[in-house]
Order: sequence, then structure tokens, then C-alpha cells
Amino acid sequence: MLDIECAGAEVEETIKRIQSQKGVQGIIIVNAEGIPIKSTLDNSSTVQYAGNVHQLLMKARGMVRDIDPQNDLTFLRVRSKKNEIMIAPDKDYFLIVIQNPTE
Amino acid sequence: MTSLIEGIWHILFYVCMSKMEIVYVYTKKRSEFGRQCNFSDRPAELHVDILPDISLAANFTVRDPCNVTVQCAEEMSEHEVNTERFESESRGINHVEGGWPKDLNPEDMEVTIRYRKKVEKDEHYQNTIMQIAGLMEHCCKQNNATDIYQEFFEEEDDEVVEESEEQPSAKTINVFRDPNEVKRTATSLCWHPDGNHKLAVAYSSLEFQRAPNDMSFDSYIWDIENPNKPEMTLKPVSPLVCLEYNPKDSHILVGGSYNGQIAYWDTRKGSQPAEMSTIEHSHRDPVYKVIWLQSKTGTDIFSASTDGQVLWWDIRKMSEPFERLVLDPSKKGNLDNALGAVSLEFETTMPTKFMVGTEQGLVVSCNRKAKTPAEKIVCTYSGHHGPIYALQRNPFFPKNFLTVADWTARIWSEDIKESSIMWTKYHMAHLLDGCWSPVRPSVFFTVKMDGTLDVWDILFKQNDPTLSLKVCDEALCSIRVQDNGRFLGCGSQLGTTTLLEVSAGLCTLQKNEKAMVSEMFERETKREKILEARHREMRLKERSRSEQSREDEGKEADGEESTEELVARAEREFFDIMEAEKKKEWNEERQREKEKGVCEEKDFQEEHETNGVSSFTRREISL
Repeated sequence: MLDIECAGAEVEETIKRIQSQKGVQGIIIVNAEGIPIKSTLDNSSTVQYAGNVHQLLMKARGMVRDIDPQNDLTFLRVRSKKNEIMIAPDKDYFLIVIQNPTE
Repeated sequence: MTSLIEGIWHILFYVCMSKMEIVYVYTKKRSEFGRQCNFSDRPAELHVDILPDISLAANFTVRDPCNVTVQCAEEMSEHEVNTERFESESRGINHVEGGWPKDLNPEDMEVTIRYRKKVEKDEHYQNTIMQIAGLMEHCCKQNNATDIYQEFFEEEDDEVVEESEEQPSAKTINVFRDPNEVKRTATSLCWHPDGNHKLAVAYSSLEFQRAPNDMSFDSYIWDIENPNKPEMTLKPVSPLVCLEYNPKDSHILVGGSYNGQIAYWDTRKGSQPAEMSTIEHSHRDPVYKVIWLQSKTGTDIFSASTDGQVLWWDIRKMSEPFERLVLDPSKKGNLDNALGAVSLEFETTMPTKFMVGTEQGLVVSCNRKAKTPAEKIVCTYSGHHGPIYALQRNPFFPKNFLTVADWTARIWSEDIKESSIMWTKYHMAHLLDGCWSPVRPSVFFTVKMDGTLDVWDILFKQNDPTLSLKVCDEALCSIRVQDNGRFLGCGSQLGTTTLLEVSAGLCTLQKNEKAMVSEMFERETKREKILEARHREMRLKERSRSEQSREDEGKEADGEESTEELVARAEREFFDIMEAEKKKEWNEERQREKEKGVCEEKDFQEEHETNGVSSFTRREISL
């Protein structure tokens, strides 16, 4: 029980650390079905991000593997005028961080 | 019976064998028709035997060697495919949360929280998150470490004026086609005053009495992003010839129609005109141009038509115009003498003056604030051979204006009334519309009847357009540039409006451009002034001379004698000239002979010295 709790606390800590980085506006953890597990943003934004990012991820991964079947997607960064959306994919979950890098 | 009915029916078989027709005829009794075919087998029969004709070989020659071209390259072929146009529409989708397991109600907060907590406790989840969070942290720190998109040398860019060596070019961005079956001409375009996202196009058929019965009267407002379907339709009573947005209120548009009425629309209220002018007080001919005036209320317009009148209206009261001007050059207000107006010009910086371009090729400059109607017409400028389709002052130098008519475009100075100060050559096709670029004083655009768009830069080249583009196969009837000078729309005879973008060089102000253009205009104006003065002088001299000669003639006793003397004098002069010419020729001949003689001697000597060249060479030289 203690181990699991510690692990749970580690995850919390890591997320807090990322949150405290300069310019980070929000963090979302989504599972493979598209359910946001953890989020620092409001519900509607979270749902929007979760839905859209999932599709983008599928497309990006498909593209990478299409070009080289032995390759795989490790990270995706979308830079826009206002901020940067970083997506770290995994088999079952993915982590989305929205950061405003300038300033 | 059968013998009577018996007919011989021929059934011919044509067998085409190597381009020779072989005909086999067989007959069958009529009474035998309809019966089933009884096939029987028989041995092969030779019907035709065509032997080779040796004499035909005489028509062919053996060619040896034969040249055959072979290319050792990949065979490629060009292929164009045009898909069927499909209409796309933008629609929004409303996202609703999903993905939750079937038994879970996503609305229920407690249940969802519990689900989330369960997932968080999962070991697999924790491991995964630790992994990817590490990666993420790295990237976040990376972002904070260096801004990879930072603009370096930004200040320097502004200073270094890009002497763009790029060729001036223009490309088509979008094409808006008339959605109706029966195509009408896009006679006038107007850009939306705020933001330039919309383009209002007036459609009508200007061919006299040739408009088909089922022609639609509608004009459209297009959103430039969507060429498939117009954003809004305007439904006038009669097709619109011209259309203008109110520069102060972008919801109001005024249109002049083919039957002479003026109507205005409020785009918030719908497709029907908000109000129309009464027929009795409107124009009697199509209204070719309508312009919004500068006024306190922002509701004044004035319109011009080929019936010779210029009318001023207040759109709040369309029952009658509040002012009227008849374009009678004799200043008597006589409608029968009046010139038909085809274009109008008004510059908000000079609100008391305006100019009218007429069908007869004259530009009439008028003053609104004159006391009497006779004084309203100030002066006329002549020089064109046909109706003046476009008239516009240069936005930077209002004293100079551009007119587009017949086969040329001309630039005028207000001070010189007898001729234009600059003009283009006579083109092969009529020029139907033109306008200045709002950002560059030396650039103007014209469109022609053969569907070409010409961009002229008078600082770069005066004889030819700087850029000439074929936009479509039919005539281009109207052109309008956006305020940024970058995008322009041109309308064609079949209702196709093309949106073009010009290259940056043609819409950015160059160094010293204003000064150079101003110098050029001044120089040309001066030249014309000098020419005008000279002409005046010569005319005066002619007049005085003719007066004098009339006096001289009066002194002559006999009229007939003087003519005989004149004839004799003329003959004498003629023969003198002939003699002089002949003498000159003869002298030249002699000169040539002399020279030839010298040459011959020289050559002869040379030949003797070198080798015994036959005598005929000498003759060649002398020839």
C-alpha cells in the first residue's frame, strides 16, 4: 500500500514540477479512450484538447510509420502564435502540456 | 400471288479487307423470309483472289539508311485531371465528452471522480506517466532555455530597402462565377470598406435589347473565402449596372439600375431594396455610376447616366433628387444637347469639384457650389474618341487624373485642357476600365476587351505595360483595387469575377517615388503647356496672315489673271525643281564614273603585280 502511495505521490510531484516551469499554462493526462484523467484546466477546455489531440496524434503516428514502418512517434510539438502544445504519447496514455515559451 | 409479290431483295455483304471493299450479293425470295435459317455445311469456296500488283511497287522507293530517333530517357507524359467540382460547406461540430465506460454516467461527478482516482492508483499508469513526464520536462526546459523562433536582425530588415529584383507578377487567387444559367456581365465591383473580406458585384447585360427573357436580375455579395456560393443576394427590380458600399456605413449599399432607378440596400434587412427612387424622377437611361458624397449625414449620393443628367439624392428621401444638373456643353440646360455621362469622379478631399466622363469622349469638370446652373460646368477636356469608361484622380496627385476610353488610357493635368499630358499607345482591343493603385502613385491598372489585365508603372516603362496578364477569354468589363493595393478584382463579360494578387513590388511604395512621379507630371504638363502656347501662336499668325492676304487680294485688279499667274508660277517652280534634281543626279553619276575609273586603274595595276587574273574579274568590279 505504501509503495503505491509513494508512486502516486511521485506522479503528483512530477506534475507539479512541470507545472512550475516558466510559461506552462496547463497539463492534461488523457487515457487511450479519450478520458481526461488529470487536468489543471477547466473541463470544457480539457475535453476540447483531449478530443482534438487524440486525432492529431493518430494522424502523426500514422504518418511517421507510413514513411518508415520501423519508426515510431515519440513526441509531438505544435507551435502556434500564442503558445506551444507539447504531446508525449504512449500506448495507453498521453500527456499534454501547453506552454507559452517566449517572455 | 407470290410471283407478284415476289421481289428480289438484295442483301449485301461488305467485307472490308485491307481497305478494299468486297461485295457479295445474294438473293432470297420474299416468301422465304421469316423462315428459320437452315444452315448447311459446304466446302470452302474461293470467292475473291486478289493477286499482288507489281506495278504498285513502283510507287515506293527503298530508303537506305533510315533515320530513326531514339531517346534514352524516361518516357514521361503530361496528364491533366480536373475533378468534378464539389461543393464544400463549413460546419461546426459540438464536442461532447465521451469515452466513458458504458455503465458510467459522465454527468455524475462522484462516479467520474471515483473512476479517475482508480486509474491514478494503477501501477501501469504511474510508470507510464513517470516516463513521459520526464520527456516532457526536458522539452519544457528546452523551450525556456532558447527561443528558437526569435527574430534576429529585425531592425536591420526595416532599414535595408528591398530592391526587389523580382519580376512583377500577379496571380489569381479565386474565381467567382455567376451561379445563374444565363450569364450576365459583371459591370461593376465594389470592395467592402472594412477589412476587404467581401466583394459586391453588380450584374447586368449592357447589350442593347439583347438581354434574354429569363435573365436573372440579381446581384451578389461574395465572401472572398467562399467562391462557391455568394454570401448575399441583392434582388433589384431591374439589373444593377453599378453598386457602391457606403464608406461610412458598411451595411448600406446603393445601386444604379438599368432602368434608371436608384435603390439602396441595408444588408441587415435582407435582399430586397430598402428604398427605391421613383421612376418619374429617376434617370431615363441606365445609371452608369453612383458615388457616395461626403456629407454630415453620410446619406448623400450622386448618380450619372447617359440621359445627360447628373442627379443628387439623399437616400432617406428617394422620391426625388434634391439637385439636378444637365450636361449641356452650351450651358443652357438643354436636355437635347446634353452629353451622356458614363463615368463620374469625386474626390473627398475636393468636395466642391467633380468630373463627368461622357459618351462623346469629353471629360466635363464641374463645380457643385456654382451659383447658376450655367456656371456649374467649368470646362471640358477633349482628346478621346469614344465613351470614357473610367475616370479617376491620382490619389497622391489629385491635379492629375486618368481616363480610360477607346483604345488608350490617358493621364491629364487639370490645367491643360486641350490634350492629355501622357498617353498609352493605341492598343488592339478596347480598354474598358481602369483605376489607379491606391498605394503607388505611378501604378495604374487597365482591362481590355480581349480579356487582358495590364499593369502600368509609369516610372518603369511608359510605352508598354509593366505587366500584362490574360485573365480570361472574354472581355473584362470592370476592375477594382482594394485599399491595400495588393488585391484586385476584375469582372468579365460572362459574369466571372477574378480575384488577383499582385506581387509585392507593385504594391509597396518605392524610394522617392512620389517625388519622381511629381516631377514627371510637372515635366509633361510643362511640355504640353509649351505646345499649347506654340499652337496658339501659330494660329494667331495664320489668322493674321490670312487677314493680310485677304487685304492683298483686294488690291489685285483681275481675279482671273492672278490665277493664271499663279498657275504659271506653279509650273515654273515645278520645272525648276525637276531641273535641279536632274542636274544633281547627273553630277552624282559623273562623280561615280570618275571614282570607278580610279578604281579600275588601281585594280589593273594590282592584278599585273600579283597574278594573271582573267579579265572578267575587272568587269565584275566595274559592275
